[in-house]
Amino acid sequence: MLTGVERRRGIAFGMASLLGIVLFIGLALGALLSWDAGTSGERLFTAYTWRILRFTLWQATLSTVLSVGLAIPVALALARRPNFLGRIWIIRLMAVPMGLPVLIGALGLIGIWGRQGMLNGLLLKLGLDQPVSIYGLSGILLAHVFFNLPLAARLMLAALERLPAEYWFLSSSLGMKSLSIFRFIEWSAIRGVIPGIAGLIFMLCATSFTLVLVLGGGPAATTLEVAIYQALRFDFEPPRAIALSFLQIGVTALILIAISLFPAPEDSSADVGRAVRRFDGKTPTARLWDCLAILLATAFLILPLASIILSGLKADLWNLVTSPIFLRAALTSLTIAFTAGLLAVTAALAIITARNAIADMKLPGAPAKSLSTLLGGMSSLVLLVPPVVLGTGWFLLLQPFGDVARFAPALVAAINMLMALPFVVRVLAPAMQLHHKRTGRLTASLGISGWAKLWRIDRPALTKPLLVGLSFAMALSLGDLGAVALFGSADLTTLPWLVYSRLSSYRTNDADGLALILGVICLILTMIGTAGYRKANDRG
Amino acid sequence: MRSTIFLSIAAAAGLCFSSASAQEKTLTIYTYESFIAEWGPGPKVKEAFEKTCGCVLNMVGIADGVALLTRLKLEGESTGADIVLGLDTNLISEAKVTGLFETHGIDTSAVNVPGGYTDDTFIPYDYGHFAVVYDTQAIKNPPKSLKELVEGDPSQKIAIEDPRTATPGLGLLLWMKSVYGDQAPEAWTKLKNRILTVTPGWSEAYGLFTKGEVPMVLSYATSPAYHLIEENTDRYQAAAFSEGHYIQIEVAALLRTASDKDLARQFLSFMISPAFQDIIPTTNWMMPAAKTSQPLPEAFGKLVQPQKTFLMGSDEVAKNRRAWIDEWLAAMSMN
Repeated sequence: MLTGVERRRGIAFGMASLLGIVLFIGLALGALLSWDAGTSGERLFTAYTWRILRFTLWQATLSTVLSVGLAIPVALALARRPNFLGRIWIIRLMAVPMGLPVLIGALGLIGIWGRQGMLNGLLLKLGLDQPVSIYGLSGILLAHVFFNLPLAARLMLAALERLPAEYWFLSSSLGMKSLSIFRFIEWSAIRGVIPGIAGLIFMLCATSFTLVLVLGGGPAATTLEVAIYQALRFDFEPPRAIALSFLQIGVTALILIAISLFPAPEDSSADVGRAVRRFDGKTPTARLWDCLAILLATAFLILPLASIILSGLKADLWNLVTSPIFLRAALTSLTIAFTAGLLAVTAALAIITARNAIADMKLPGAPAKSLSTLLGGMSSLVLLVPPVVLGTGWFLLLQPFGDVARFAPALVAAINMLMALPFVVRVLAPAMQLHHKRTGRLTASLGISGWAKLWRIDRPALTKPLLVGLSFAMALSLGDLGAVALFGSADLTTLPWLVYSRLSSYRTNDADGLALILGVICLILTMIGTAGYRKANDRG
Repeated sequence: MRSTIFLSIAAAAGLCFSSASAQEKTLTIYTYESFIAEWGPGPKVKEAFEKTCGCVLNMVGIADGVALLTRLKLEGESTGADIVLGLDTNLISEAKVTGLFETHGIDTSAVNVPGGYTDDTFIPYDYGHFAVVYDTQAIKNPPKSLKELVEGDPSQKIAIEDPRTATPGLGLLLWMKSVYGDQAPEAWTKLKNRILTVTPGWSEAYGLFTKGEVPMVLSYATSPAYHLIEENTDRYQAAAFSEGHYIQIEVAALLRTASDKDLARQFLSFMISPAFQDIIPTTNWMMPAAKTSQPLPEAFGKLVQPQKTFLMGSDEVAKNRRAWIDEWLAAMSMN
C-alpha cells in the first residue's frame, strides 16, 4: 500500500534512471553510427557469423544449465546447515571469482585442471600415459561453471533464507519428509529466482571472450563478442561492430523473454520475521549428502583459488604493495569501484521502487505495465552491450571537449555501473519486495512516511541487502579491465590494468602477486557485504 | 552523478600537475602501453631526449600498436599527437590511407634492419623475428624448421595467438603463407593437432607457457634474452627454423598536424641515434634498428640469428589479410 504521492515519485525515479541508461547507451551507438568509416562493402551476415552465433548460444545454454543445476544442491545444503563449519567463509569465498580478472581465473583453473595441473599429475601417477585435455567446449564450460556457480548458489541461498520461519515450524509439526519439504517449500522458493539467475548467467556466458578463446582450443570456439572486438579494435569497422552488437542483443533478448515466460510462483505470504530454525535434515544420509555437496563445491572453488594464492606468494608482495604505482592504482580502482557501486545501487533502487509502485497499483494500465516490463528488461540487457562499443562511442562524443583521458575515470565508472546493475537488481529486488510486503500495510495504516519511514522502517531491513549489492558491484568493477585500454591510461591505472601490463612484459611473477592482492581486496569487500550476516540470522 | 563530476575534476587536476612547465616546448608522442611502463624504454628515452632538446617529452600510452592506429582514426586531424611510435610494418598501408602522416625528410642511412626496409614516412626503431620459444626442461629435440613444427609429434603442444586479435598471430599467419604459399591451409590443418589453444593476445599465450602448461609458444627470437638477463636462466630458448623467420619491424612517423615539426624531426633523428638505440634491447626486448654505442649484452649474442628474413609488403598484407584469415579459420575449424 503506497500513497499516491509515493507511487508517482517511485515511478518518476524509475523513469529517470531508465532515461539515463537509454541515453548513455544510445548516444554511444549514435556516435559510432554517424562516424564515417568509409565503405566497407563486406557482407555482415556470412556463414561465419551464423556459425559463431550458433556456438555462442550453444555454449551459453550449456554453461547456464550446468551452473544453475549444480548450484541447487549446494544452496539447499548451505541453507539446511546454518552451523556448518566455516560456512560464512565459504559464502564469502563465493564472491571472489567475480572480482578476479578472467585471465587470472583461467590460469588458476589451468593450475588444477590443465595438462600440467594437479588433476593430471594425479592421473599420470595412477598410470595414465597421456594427460586429459580440457581445451575445447569442456574447458569453456568448466570455467563458466567456476565463475557462475558461486553466483547462482549465493542468490538461491538468499532466496531460501528469506523463507519465513513459520514454514519450518509447520513442516516439522506436519512431519513432512525431505522430499515434501523440497517440493512444497524449497523448490517454490528457488523456482522464483531461477529465471532471473539463469538469464543473468546466460548473458555473462554469451558475452564471454577471453575464457572462450584461451580455453576453447581454437577458432572453432568463437563468440560474437570476439567478432565485435575484432571489428572495432582490429579492423575498425564501427558499422559492422554495431550490427553484430544488435544481433547479440536481439537474439539474447529473445531467449531471456522465453526464460521469463516460465510461470512465476505465487507470492509467499507475509511473515513476522521470526528467527529461522530448521528442523529437517537430521538423518545421517541427509547430513552426508549435504556435507558432500558443500565440500565438493568448496573444493571446486578453493583449489583454483589456492593455485592463484600459491603463485601469488612467490612474488615479492611487500615490494609490490609499497610501490607508488600500486598505491595509485589501488586508489583509482577503489574510487571507480565505489562510484560505480553507488551509482548501480541507486539506479537499482529507483528501478525496483518503480516496479514495486506499479505492482502496487490496483489496476495498472497498459502503459504502466509496459514501463514495468521495460524497466525489468533494460536493467538486464545492458549487460549485452559490449564495453568496447560503449567506450569507443563515448570517446567519439567527448573528443570535441578536449583530452578524453580527463573523462576516462567517470566513463569507466559509468560503464562498470551498467555492468553491475543487473546483479544489484537481482540482489535487491527480492529483499525489497519482501520488505514492502511485510511492512507496507502497517506503515500505511500508521501513517508513517517520508524520512521517518526511510529511517525507522526501511533502513534496518534494507541495510544488509544494500551492502551486499554494493559489495557485488564493487567486486565486479574491481576485476574489470574493460574500456580502460583505449583511453591512454597514464592517468588511469587500475589494478586489473596493472596485472595485464605486468603480464604483457614478461613479468608473470608480479602479475601473480597483484592478482593475489586483488583477490584479497575482493574478499575484504564481501566481508563488508556480509557483515552483520550472523546478526541478521539471529534476529529475534 | 556528483561523484563522477568530482572524479573528472580530480583527473583534470592531476593532468595540470603533471604538465607543470607549460612555458617550454612540448612534444607529444603516442605509443603503446608497455613502451612507457616504468621498466620500459619510455622513462629513459624521456630523460635522454629532454637533456638535449630543451623541451618536455609527453608520452601517451595506448594499449597496443593496433589500438594506437584506431585511436588516430578516431581523433583524425584533431589528434594531440606530434609523433606516433609503435606501429608495425603490417599496419603501414592502413595508416597511410588515413592521410594523417607526413614524409619524414630526415637522413635515415643509420637504419639497418634485416631485409633492408625503408620508407619515406615510417622510420624503423627496432625489430624482432617471430620465433617458437620452447621450454628446454620439457622439449629435448625442438623443431628445426617450420616443416618439423607442422609435422612433428602432436602430443608436444604449442600455444599461438589469434590473427584476428593479435599481431604475433598475424605474424605466424604471414610466416606460414610465406613458406607454404597456396599449401598453407593444408599445413594449418596438420599444425592444428599440435596447437593447444589460440589466445586473444601475446600475454595469455606466454602466461600459459611460463606456467608450464604448454612447452612451446609463438613469441620472439629475443624473448630468451629477457629470461637470461632478468631471471638468470637459460631454460627458455628460441628454435631456429631453417626456412627463415618472419620479421616484425616497429616504426614511428611524424603527423601532418604536428605543432612543432622541427622538434618532431629532431626526435626522429634522435630515435635512430645510439643514445636511443642503446636503451631499446634491454627495456623493450627487441633488436635495435640502428647502431648502438656499445656492443649488445652477451645474452643477445646467444640468440637465434635467422639466416633468412621474411617480410611481405604492407599493401599485399592489407589486400589479402581478410581472405587469409578466412582461409585460416576454415582450416582451423575443421574437425
